[in-house]
Amino acid sequence: MSEDEREPPYLYPDYVGTRLRAPAKPLVQLPNGFHDFPAPLFPRSLAELDHDLTRRHSGDPIGERIIVSGRVLDSDGRPVRGTIVEVWQANAAGRYLDQDDQHPAPLDPNFSGAGRCLTDAEGRYRFITIKPGAYPWKNHRNAWRPAHIHFSLFGNVFRSRLVTQMYFPGDPLMARDPILQSIPDQSGRERLVSRFDPETTVPEWALAYRWDIVLRGRDATPF
Amino acid sequence: MSASITPSQTVGPFFGVGLPFEKGEQIVPAGSAGSIRIEGQVLDGHGDPVPDALLEVWQPETTGLGRCRTDAEGAFNFVTVKPGPSPAPDGQLQAPHLNVTVFARGLLRHLVTRMYFPDEAAANRADPVLNLVEPERRSTLVAREDGGVLRFDIQLQGERETVFFVI
Repeated sequence: MSEDEREPPYLYPDYVGTRLRAPAKPLVQLPNGFHDFPAPLFPRSLAELDHDLTRRHSGDPIGERIIVSGRVLDSDGRPVRGTIVEVWQANAAGRYLDQDDQHPAPLDPNFSGAGRCLTDAEGRYRFITIKPGAYPWKNHRNAWRPAHIHFSLFGNVFRSRLVTQMYFPGDPLMARDPILQSIPDQSGRERLVSRFDPETTVPEWALAYRWDIVLRGRDATPF
Repeated sequence: MSASITPSQTVGPFFGVGLPFEKGEQIVPAGSAGSIRIEGQVLDGHGDPVPDALLEVWQPETTGLGRCRTDAEGAFNFVTVKPGPSPAPDGQLQAPHLNVTVFARGLLRHLVTRMYFPDEAAANRADPVLNLVEPERRSTLVAREDGGVLRFDIQLQGERETVFFVI
């Protein structure tokens, strides 16, 4: 299966938002290598606590404290080093700190829901956060998004750029979610589900989930 | 043996807390010598503004990244410097252009397009990427001069749909 066949299609009518936004004309294929130019320097500096979403305010956020960690690799299995990982999410009640979020669930004055970090020499990233809540959306009657954390990554080259969502194991809403189900094959959908990570849990303090990310590498293979 | 890639998912409507940052649209400071301003609007298949899109501009030769979210009218802007011609992987020369990436609710994957410059007619005619595009659609990739700014609208779907490239 090619990399493109693993991706969701632009038009997926069950996800209503795609209907007027998916291109209707065919995308133009460029020859190999045109999207292999290097990723830009990220123009924001990182602060020491940017990876810890639970320590941005004076108090502790409500919710189940979790550590989310994993490795960022390219499709040849090599670690992607020093790349920025940006995350954002709803709070434990399923509410985003966003004026357009109309879900009647409480905001948490101690949780904003955004973080970022750089991968280390082995491609590892690590965030401390709280488990986000599920929330309703208006895609269809009684539609609920499964709990998820949004991830944004750059990788080494232009074609590595990835924005995606990480889900939690065992969530019954995943099977009913057209956004996750838009991915054509089961193994692709499973790629977005983290696993419970008992080795990383901290006794008396936090549970942990592990999620590895594989980015596209260069298109042109040098011989 | 290569590992299977992690699939894409939509940026959703609530990326505002995580991705935009102050002056993200300024790859170079506004008003600095040689800076140019680009303005545009993102439109859907009905021609309605897309108020929850996030655009990125990549300019390899400046190592710059610009990031701007659209407003209630679907409008965005960038301040940058005009790039020079750049070599393609096959050694041909590409006309000056910006790489533009579009994320939005309703886009399960991001879209990739290019913005070319209206004052580069000769270079544009020889550009290896523009020449892969049907002639009648090429103009969707060329900004137009509009009172001191470059206007570059992005139509996601429809009659005047912008040309997007396979990633």
